[in-house]
Amino acid sequence: MSTYNFDYLDELEAEAIHILREVAGQFEKPALLFSGGKDSITLVRLAEKAFRPGKFPFPLVHIDTGHNFEETITYRDKMIERIGERLIVGSVQESINQGKVIEQTGKNASRNALQTVTLLDTIAEHQFDACIGGARRDEEKARAKERIFSVRDEFGQWDPKRQRPELWNIYNGKIHKGENVRVFPISNWTELDVWNYIRREKIELPSIYFSHEREVITRNGQLMAASPFLNMDDEDVVFRKQVRFRTVGDMSCTAAVESEATLIDDIIDEISASKISERGARLDDKVSEAAMEDRKKGGYF
Amino acid sequence: MNILKFFTAGSVDDGKSTLIGRLLYDTDSILADQLEALQSSNRKNDDGTIDLAILTDGLRAEREQGITIDVAYKYFQTEKRKFIIADTPGHIQYTRNMVTGASTANLAIILIDARNGVVEQTIRHSYLVSLLGIKHIVVCINKMDMVNYSEEVYSSIIDKYKVLAQQLKLKDVTYIPVSALKGDNIVQNSVHMDWYNGESLLHFLEQVDTDNLDKSQLARMPVQWVIRPQTDKLHDYRGYAGRVLSGTFKLNDKVTVLPSGASSTIEKIEFFDQLPDAAHAGQSVTIHLKDDVDISRGDTIVNASALPQESKLIEADLCWMDGRALDTSIMYLIQHNSKVTKCKISEILHKVDINTLEKHPADEFKLNDIGRVILKTADALAFDLYDENRANGSAILVDSRTNLTVGALMFRAAVE
Repeated sequence: MSTYNFDYLDELEAEAIHILREVAGQFEKPALLFSGGKDSITLVRLAEKAFRPGKFPFPLVHIDTGHNFEETITYRDKMIERIGERLIVGSVQESINQGKVIEQTGKNASRNALQTVTLLDTIAEHQFDACIGGARRDEEKARAKERIFSVRDEFGQWDPKRQRPELWNIYNGKIHKGENVRVFPISNWTELDVWNYIRREKIELPSIYFSHEREVITRNGQLMAASPFLNMDDEDVVFRKQVRFRTVGDMSCTAAVESEATLIDDIIDEISASKISERGARLDDKVSEAAMEDRKKGGYF
Repeated sequence: MNILKFFTAGSVDDGKSTLIGRLLYDTDSILADQLEALQSSNRKNDDGTIDLAILTDGLRAEREQGITIDVAYKYFQTEKRKFIIADTPGHIQYTRNMVTGASTANLAIILIDARNGVVEQTIRHSYLVSLLGIKHIVVCINKMDMVNYSEEVYSSIIDKYKVLAQQLKLKDVTYIPVSALKGDNIVQNSVHMDWYNGESLLHFLEQVDTDNLDKSQLARMPVQWVIRPQTDKLHDYRGYAGRVLSGTFKLNDKVTVLPSGASSTIEKIEFFDQLPDAAHAGQSVTIHLKDDVDISRGDTIVNASALPQESKLIEADLCWMDGRALDTSIMYLIQHNSKVTKCKISEILHKVDINTLEKHPADEFKLNDIGRVILKTADALAFDLYDENRANGSAILVDSRTNLTVGALMFRAAVE
């Protein structure tokens, strides 16, 4: 028996590729949910490893809140061109125009919660039976309990008490018409694993992950990018700061962290030393102790 | 650096969640904002310190009831190793969740409350560990602080456990006296038990042989997907994509494709932009064969000189996981890696009382029941015995009426 190196990143990678190929094998109309964030960018690389030189057996789907960081959209379009795969965009603005959702008002207004409706509409329109997402179990305590193949009913709801047992490396993707499965190939990765993988694979990322100077305001103790999407008033003082973002979401709910990290090595050092978790910079999780569980039950990613 | 996956068996009363919380806390794996959320929570220990158990109780109902309902996965890392913990509930009504958590683990921690010693639940958990073939077992005698860190209490418990271990044929068992609440022998060696000369729990977990890599000769790769670009440039490209379950495939190896029985030779192994000369257990690769063989998803490529068993009648241990009882008159689906076929449970040989380990004849199988059955499949399965090759010796049962996963199967023998 020959010896070989198979370290933890190789093992996580092999597991994720296996899961992606199970999606290809088990579903009629899968899709990959692409947010422009590092986790979904990692998924794209894993899909390349799973299916090249063939095409992906699924399109990429972006749920566009309309409140994007411009850098994310630029990155997205360039990446789609490079990989030559199909992109479907579900627009929150359109859902608002159609009256399916109503824009929130007030200081903490965000389109984050509205995404769920657009996502479910996009799934229904294209009849997707599986949606691959980049969620990880280390992000949040409700996610720590979610299966890799997570079945949603026709209303997109997750029922944490009725999860299917998931044994060995066998994934049961059987569903009834109208239901769909959310699939999380990087469930077992941590934030640091993702960064180490991006470094190892030399994957390009949107520039907002790296330190840059930007106009910000302080909101609920956190730095928010000043933008037309943020409801600001006279009390909000805009100032310039050297920052970066640890997650990429809607501009109105993604906080920046002060950072000088311009290289991926700097970021890995920063995260290793950090005492704040990644979702700590997400206002959407702060609402209550069960915020994520409630949103997932409602059909959120 | 590699990964150790382990699971913890015990109930909240044994301090299971506290033990995990302690491991995370003492290895500095809890971040400031999570700690802040903990501190602002209303649940505190009697002495006012943070209740570390909250760290693993993810669902609202679990926090409300102070119990673990479902498997929670937790991650931490030291300089030596990465760890994935499956935190599983210990109560008998959640046996299926424990089986789920145990199925991917290579080490089990069994918790015993020092005040109570070996109890019914210890027997049940140890039985499940033996059933699922977990390689390493660590028995943590917890709450040593409540018995004055007494060596005698500890010794009498492990003497009793050794009898059980022998009965269950558990081989690799390590005993550690701990107090999860006070932190004794979890990360640091205890100052209260100088009579104990062994390692702390974390130190043991860092050192134990993980054996993630299967070194057997049983080279197996179920085909998950056939890559056929069908472009002008890659007109004849035909790659079989899958994850090597066990063993090693090398270039020019003679292989057999099952169920067809067709033979061929490995022409090329591909991994994205690399062309390795071998594919090992655990790796997801694409294999090309020299001959034009008809292969699709559900087929298995195996080493031609170490063939698996092939049968439509299989004796297996079954753990029933659904609220709807087993119906021996209907057809289920069996999913064995990428292969799905119809099947029936044709006979229940016995059921095991998992609290006493006694075997009873039975004609019904309900939620959390475990026992030996004979199953009859529509297509023959190419499998290995669970004890010899866990990855190719296990399968799940799916109820096609509900699509739920209703049973976990461990293959024990082909029926002649």
